[in-house]
Amino acid sequence: MKTSRTVLAAISAAALIASLAACSSDGGGGGTTSADNCTNKIVNKDAPVVSVWAWYPNMATVVDNFNNGHDDVQVCWTNVGQGLDEYNKVQTAISAGKGLPDVVMLEADHLASYSIQNALVDISEFGANDVKGNFSEGAWKDVSQGDAVYAIPVDGGPMALIYRTDIFEEYGIDTPPTTWEEYAAAAKKVKDAGGPVFGDFGSNVPAVTMALQIQKGAVPFAYEAEGKKLTIKLDDQASKDVLDYWAGLVEDGLVGTEDQFTTDYISGVVGGDYATYTSAAWAPGYLTGAGVGEGESSGVWAVAPLPQWDPDNPVSVNWGGSAFAVTSQASDKQLAATVAMGLYADPDSLEDGWKNQVIFPLNQDVLTSDEFINNESEFFSGQTANKDVYIPAENAYKGFVYPPIITYYFAQLQAEMVKINAGEISGSDAATELQADIVKYAKEQGFDVTE
Amino acid sequence: MANAPAVAAQSPTRSRSTTANPKRHSTERRRQRVGWFFILPFAIVFVVFLVAPLGYALYLSLFSKGLATGTVFTGIGQYVTAFSDPSFLKGVWFVVRFAVVLIPVQMAVSLGVALVLDAITTRFARFARLMIFLPYAIPAVIGAIMWGFLYSPTFGPLEQIFGAFGADAPFPLSPENVFGGLLNVVTWQWAGYYMIIIYAALQGIDPTLYEAAKLDGASAWQVALRIKIPLVSSALVLILVFALIGTLQFFTEPQILRPSANGNISPDFTPNIYAYTQAFSYANFNYASALSFALGIVVFIAVYIFLFLTRKRGNLFS
Repeated sequence: MKTSRTVLAAISAAALIASLAACSSDGGGGGTTSADNCTNKIVNKDAPVVSVWAWYPNMATVVDNFNNGHDDVQVCWTNVGQGLDEYNKVQTAISAGKGLPDVVMLEADHLASYSIQNALVDISEFGANDVKGNFSEGAWKDVSQGDAVYAIPVDGGPMALIYRTDIFEEYGIDTPPTTWEEYAAAAKKVKDAGGPVFGDFGSNVPAVTMALQIQKGAVPFAYEAEGKKLTIKLDDQASKDVLDYWAGLVEDGLVGTEDQFTTDYISGVVGGDYATYTSAAWAPGYLTGAGVGEGESSGVWAVAPLPQWDPDNPVSVNWGGSAFAVTSQASDKQLAATVAMGLYADPDSLEDGWKNQVIFPLNQDVLTSDEFINNESEFFSGQTANKDVYIPAENAYKGFVYPPIITYYFAQLQAEMVKINAGEISGSDAATELQADIVKYAKEQGFDVTE
Repeated sequence: MANAPAVAAQSPTRSRSTTANPKRHSTERRRQRVGWFFILPFAIVFVVFLVAPLGYALYLSLFSKGLATGTVFTGIGQYVTAFSDPSFLKGVWFVVRFAVVLIPVQMAVSLGVALVLDAITTRFARFARLMIFLPYAIPAVIGAIMWGFLYSPTFGPLEQIFGAFGADAPFPLSPENVFGGLLNVVTWQWAGYYMIIIYAALQGIDPTLYEAAKLDGASAWQVALRIKIPLVSSALVLILVFALIGTLQFFTEPQILRPSANGNISPDFTPNIYAYTQAFSYANFNYASALSFALGIVVFIAVYIFLFLTRKRGNLFS
């Protein structure tokens, strides 16, 4: 009896110790630049490693291209998600003081939020201005604050109107609307004839609303990093008009109110529930990746320039895109800057980007190349979308100013849009409420606020 | 058991003279030290992962930090802000309402099922017990995601079911229905767990009581109402307290269902979601800590009131 109990005790002790040892060896991976937990393979094991967070699926190809072409540095890539998923992680790592990669892919609208927390490095000191000529004026303005440069642009989202040719044909819309008045009229025409809703005013894409307000002439924010001066103007007439316009369309049942980027929305798009999609140049890539454009929804898509308020003075606006920023937690900032400038900048990666991932690269080498300009888009049934719509939009784009409180602003704008969609508030009142809320928040955060 | 009398015998001698039995005294001490040694692993984990973070959060909640300013000591200023924050109060009001409706529903369902299963003794009973307990075995996140798809207008079964009657399917996460939609998910998830606890308590009842009741002419219904329920009432109070604490901290299901709800579940829907948003989206860790402790205060008050109301005879029923 005693022996068997001792034996049992010995075995369980050994098992416990073994499992503990197994746990600790798996845990591994110390700093963020350890080459153990990359999604890609490191080609040159001796070169220093720079860690990168980026969300595009084709980053696998891009990173491989970079690693194969560089002896002096290697990239270790992880996909931590996109949008709010990624931003929550970035913000947490900033607050914790560690956990950020050396280079992080961000949308230009979030750069100010992180630069104010000193989480991003001004890469103009590391030679960023060498590549300034590769990008359009608007693209470069989006990633700069005055003389400081906080990221290298990768792709952009000049906005345009994607529409379904079959629905337009069926309901007698001969030419896509060129002004918002025509848009509303066409929407009514389709609805009266028993057709689907004309578009979608999704509350979870507040960036679109902000862009459309800017299109009418609103200047929601002005920001000076020196002295933390923030000008907030969210309830000027242009902002109110745009919100009133869309609130009217929602009230008349002319546009849908579903959240975008959900499976429900995509199945609606495939099924022809929406006649148009007010979106950006990366939308064909997103839709294709989600399964639109095949089967019943193939061959019915075309794109037209974004409707304007004043056709004589067209304004170009942007939604999304991406840029590589160097974080202040990078151990070798010069090396990280080299990666930020070189990653997704070689011809092969760019070509894979716009051909396979269907992004809209901001690199002028691509934008001025014959192949890209004359590309007949498969999604748009052969339409030369770049030449006709997207490149002119990008060239006319002047850049936005994004505030450092963008996350909070988007969340509140989203809440107001939810109210508008539920018919609880008018567009003008929503703009007034939003102005009051954001001004209060900005003051609480210690900004020098001008209204 | 054998040690107890020996230990009891030792204590009086210890207080009189420690030198009388030095061997026994050091054994006692050693036994105590060994006891602490066994607790040590748990104690370390407990302190590191619960007490220390709580202390740090309390420390954080005493400060205030703006994006454009540094950290400033504000004492209870953050708590004053929290308790006058309309978003927080709205969230508290929601979870209180939710708890008031959810807990009776959950109790009724789990009590009813436990009583029925106690009465049936066939093999079906064992199978039924397992099936009802199964949702609890599914992680809350997975369950919520699954319900998100079931509630989806495109992928869920509601369209087909209502379509068969020629009616329009309701959207369970619309502003009017979101309360019921969440109620359904939580009841599905937790009723099995409470049912098992009540069932176990029912097993502890002396069966001779049932015989005596039957001799007195009690029907099955009266046995359930007059004998079984009062005797499990202490277990009921226990799970009611758990349910109350858990519901007031409602987080997982609404957070997971937010993408499916078309904006109807706002970032301040429940106090815990609000604290989460403040911390991880707005980087307002100080305020989030204050919110968490404010919620803790609310939970404490609620539980205190509840225990006070149920303390009279230790029973829920006369």
